[in-house]
Amino acid sequence: MLENRKWVIIGVFCLVGLTYLARLFYLQVLDDTYSLGASKNSIKRVVEIPYRGQIYDRNNQLIVYNTPVYDLYVTPKQVRIPDTVAFCRMMNITTSEFDSIMGLAKNYSPVKPSLFMRQLSKEDFARIQDALVDYRGFEPVISSMRTYPAHTMANALGYVSEISKKQLEEQDILYYRQGDYVGHNGLEEQYEEQLRGKRGVKFMMQNVRGVNKGSWKNGAFDTLAIAGQNLITGIDVEVQKYADSLMQNKVGAVLAVEPATGEILVSVSAPTYDPNLLSSRFFSKNYRALIKNPYKPLINRPVMASYRPGSTFKLIQALIAQQQGSLYPNTVYGHSGSPMRCHCRGGNNLRGAVQNSCNPYFYHVFRKFLYFNGEHNTFKASAIGLKEWHSMAEKFGIGARLGIDLPSELKGNLPTPEYYDKAYRGALRWKFSNVYSLSIGEGELLISPLKLVNLAATIANRGWYITPHYIKGLNKPGVGVPAEYFERHETGIDYKHFLPVIDGMRAAVSHGTVTPLANIEGIDLCGKTGTSQNNKYGHKFDHSIFIGFAPMNNPKIAVAVFVENAGWGGKAAASVAALVAERYLKRKTEAKKLDEQVKAANYLPPVSRMPVPKKPAAPRKDTVRKTPEAKPLMTATSPKPVAVAAASGH
Amino acid sequence: MSLSRTNDPFAQHIDWLTLVLYLGCVTMGWLNVYAAVYSPEDHTSLFDMTTNAGKQMMWIGTTVLLIICILVINHKFFDSFAYVFYAFMILMLLLVLVAGSNINGSRSWFKFGAFSIQPAEFAKVATALALAKYLDVPGMNLGRTKELLRIGGIIVLPCILILASNETGSTLVFASFVIMLYREGLPGWIPALGISVAALFVLALVFPKLYIFAGIVVLYGIIVLLMPRYNRTTRNLLSMAMIGAAMMALVTGVDFFVNNVLQKHQRNRIKVLVDPTIDPLGVGWNVTQAKIAIGSGRLQGKGFLEGTQTKFDFVPEQSTDFIFCTIGEEHGFIGSMIVIALFIGLLSRIVILAEKQRSKFARVYGYCVAGIIFFHVMVNIGMTIGLMPVIGIPLPFFSYGGSSLWSFSILLFIFLRLDSRRTALMRR
Repeated sequence: MLENRKWVIIGVFCLVGLTYLARLFYLQVLDDTYSLGASKNSIKRVVEIPYRGQIYDRNNQLIVYNTPVYDLYVTPKQVRIPDTVAFCRMMNITTSEFDSIMGLAKNYSPVKPSLFMRQLSKEDFARIQDALVDYRGFEPVISSMRTYPAHTMANALGYVSEISKKQLEEQDILYYRQGDYVGHNGLEEQYEEQLRGKRGVKFMMQNVRGVNKGSWKNGAFDTLAIAGQNLITGIDVEVQKYADSLMQNKVGAVLAVEPATGEILVSVSAPTYDPNLLSSRFFSKNYRALIKNPYKPLINRPVMASYRPGSTFKLIQALIAQQQGSLYPNTVYGHSGSPMRCHCRGGNNLRGAVQNSCNPYFYHVFRKFLYFNGEHNTFKASAIGLKEWHSMAEKFGIGARLGIDLPSELKGNLPTPEYYDKAYRGALRWKFSNVYSLSIGEGELLISPLKLVNLAATIANRGWYITPHYIKGLNKPGVGVPAEYFERHETGIDYKHFLPVIDGMRAAVSHGTVTPLANIEGIDLCGKTGTSQNNKYGHKFDHSIFIGFAPMNNPKIAVAVFVENAGWGGKAAASVAALVAERYLKRKTEAKKLDEQVKAANYLPPVSRMPVPKKPAAPRKDTVRKTPEAKPLMTATSPKPVAVAAASGH
Repeated sequence: MSLSRTNDPFAQHIDWLTLVLYLGCVTMGWLNVYAAVYSPEDHTSLFDMTTNAGKQMMWIGTTVLLIICILVINHKFFDSFAYVFYAFMILMLLLVLVAGSNINGSRSWFKFGAFSIQPAEFAKVATALALAKYLDVPGMNLGRTKELLRIGGIIVLPCILILASNETGSTLVFASFVIMLYREGLPGWIPALGISVAALFVLALVFPKLYIFAGIVVLYGIIVLLMPRYNRTTRNLLSMAMIGAAMMALVTGVDFFVNNVLQKHQRNRIKVLVDPTIDPLGVGWNVTQAKIAIGSGRLQGKGFLEGTQTKFDFVPEQSTDFIFCTIGEEHGFIGSMIVIALFIGLLSRIVILAEKQRSKFARVYGYCVAGIIFFHVMVNIGMTIGLMPVIGIPLPFFSYGGSSLWSFSILLFIFLRLDSRRTALMRR
């Protein structure tokens, strides 16, 4: 009967209803992927990045702070641009750049905001702010940018930029995310954890367009951001900037430390660049230009350059030989018996030998040192002697990393007996006559300006040093400084052995070859010149070195200066060191004439003779003057390679 | 029967159970429309007339007036004027093609200020009345092809007009009259054939053609083997082979149909049904987000006004076609179960009432009502949980919209009016 069909119909209704209930039971109760999907959709982790710590100098002057800037975000789907050309002109980009940015953004998501332009300055933003009303889909987000009011210390500070892919993958604790800023090189990298603070996380609810809709569960799972700590350094910015100006048109390094504390007062790498260049949104453009610069302004020469110490090494020779007992203050050596030439009259005692930097004297000192062990076989004696020499010289922090608070310190080289065994393919196949150039700091020795300033500080302290370091405190002076920067490293040299050496150093400045160039009244500078042989371009292009400290008694500052290619002797370097010491001690420069001379000197090697940079094509000779990248960016005048080449007489 | 009896207060004779189920649906619908448009920032008011929730309240108010009108009108009115209504609706459907406003690519709305009316929604009511009237003759035999063709004509005419205004969803609803026709004696093989075709259609989309062909051959072999020996006549085997061949032809035709006849968005909806993971940010967005919304409700739901998916606009059309997502998300499996139970209860009640009618007109009309509501519920909920392709038809009494609320209420209350006449007669 047809009436019974109502049961079929009701049955169908119930069947569909039960099917749907089963499906709903599966979706809602059994399968939990959907609830994850919903929270992924609508709960956004908003990372709050705290302000990065600022960096101060020892006198509470700001070196680095944060400027608020605006990152412009774009949501492609909402974008309405009536006139793309006008928009691009306003944003100062080309239409093809615009297209590629928009393409990337669309690729990421048409409905979620992605970065359109980073770090618009307040001024730029003010300029476009009104016009932006007409262009829908663009949203400014406040952010911050590193700013360097002193325009100095670029190399020691490093820079802050987006984290690299490699760093992102290599991190142990997953802290950083794509697009995060992180310190690179220098102090920014060294003190990254302290400076960056701790990120906060807020859970926000958002709608389908990514618009915030308030906090989730009233912020029960949020964590607050902790601001970064301010880094107080031992740098004296005023002196630092002065040293920068002295090093214009020169390649090299100036380092000064306070001997009693090991705090670095001045850290100049020349040529340098304005650190602000690498914090702007033109980072990659500026970075490429710096990489291509033949004078390599990105190298932090105080710790990354290796030179032969030259005559400055004679100070160590004098000290360890006395300690060994093979040298006395009144020991006299003449020029005879030495293959080395010398410009002095000979017949010096130790003080005179230091004052005049007598090569033959130290030839004899080193010879005696190596053979001062009762061994008659000269090969065996040399091996034993060099081992002793190595272990004593090592105590000055040479041949290993000192442990400065920078990530890029080089080891340098202090040759061991094994080193020569290898070089001469077997033990006992070399002796003093093979290695004598070590006596005057040449040969296989390699040393960084950092180690030389440490040597100056060690002598200033008469026997000990504290590892040079930049940090003076976190937030407050003296707080948060690693314990190693309070630790005294003894060299094992008795106090009395320093006295003739220091006498000689004082005399070298007051009555020696550099007197007119370095003996500034009232600062009592003690020093030692050096020439680091640089056979690459002939001796005219040897590096000039000077290390010293002042005043002689109770020294306040130890300085090491390298000026590359400035020629023989410590003349160029000595003047810089003396002027830096004067400025630090007197807070003013009285040696005006010297100051002018130094600033005017140009020791930049001709670009045509520079080693060829590896990746970008070397600038050809005829294009040098046209290529702006060839200029060191901080030098006031452009390099004049032709003039230098003419003066060199080659 | 006297005039006084027909003028009995309707309250005494109306089916209270249906009324309660109806009121439950409408109230829950309104609250869920509110939840769908609720914005936690400005604490949207339930009565804010600028939102869908506020407007829905107004629609409910006018619906109450409509219901009162229907209940006081003489029951004869619907019987007598059935064809007039039908003719009027056809006229409206023609008019809307010419004078209608274009909303979302379909020219099917009359616009009056801020409100719009969709005649297609009311065409269902008129067609149901016309069918009831046509079938209300003694000796009507639905086995006769001539009658079937005429009935088909009554159904197909509005279908063509609605299709012309690009409202595929509303057109498909007319298929629901099959339920009524089945009850009135339509041979069982016709709906069976329809269901088989639909099943084959889906199979053809999901599996490669070759597999289905192989399946049909295997099935044929099994049936032949299981047949009693005396039934294995050449004629039977041959006709079965013919059916098999027709099935294969249908499967082959599906590809052609999907790729050449369907419009692009319709094709995509079918593709998404078959494979929900394709293009979750584009074509599959609606279905994916709808499933996430419902699935994230879990057993008890996130609580009233706490649904993040619906509140934050992840689900499109959430106060109209996708209103079930709000229920699923905020009230969980329990809420969904209640809604489905409510509908099954309502539908069964209508069928039972229809079966009790003395007049054939009222019975046929009752089955039409049940069929239409059932079809809407099945398709609407089915699409939100990924069992049906996305077809834009509302969930009766729940979805926001004046036309749909009015038309479903009119549909239901005409039946309740007819039914109250029955109880009034019984009391006598």
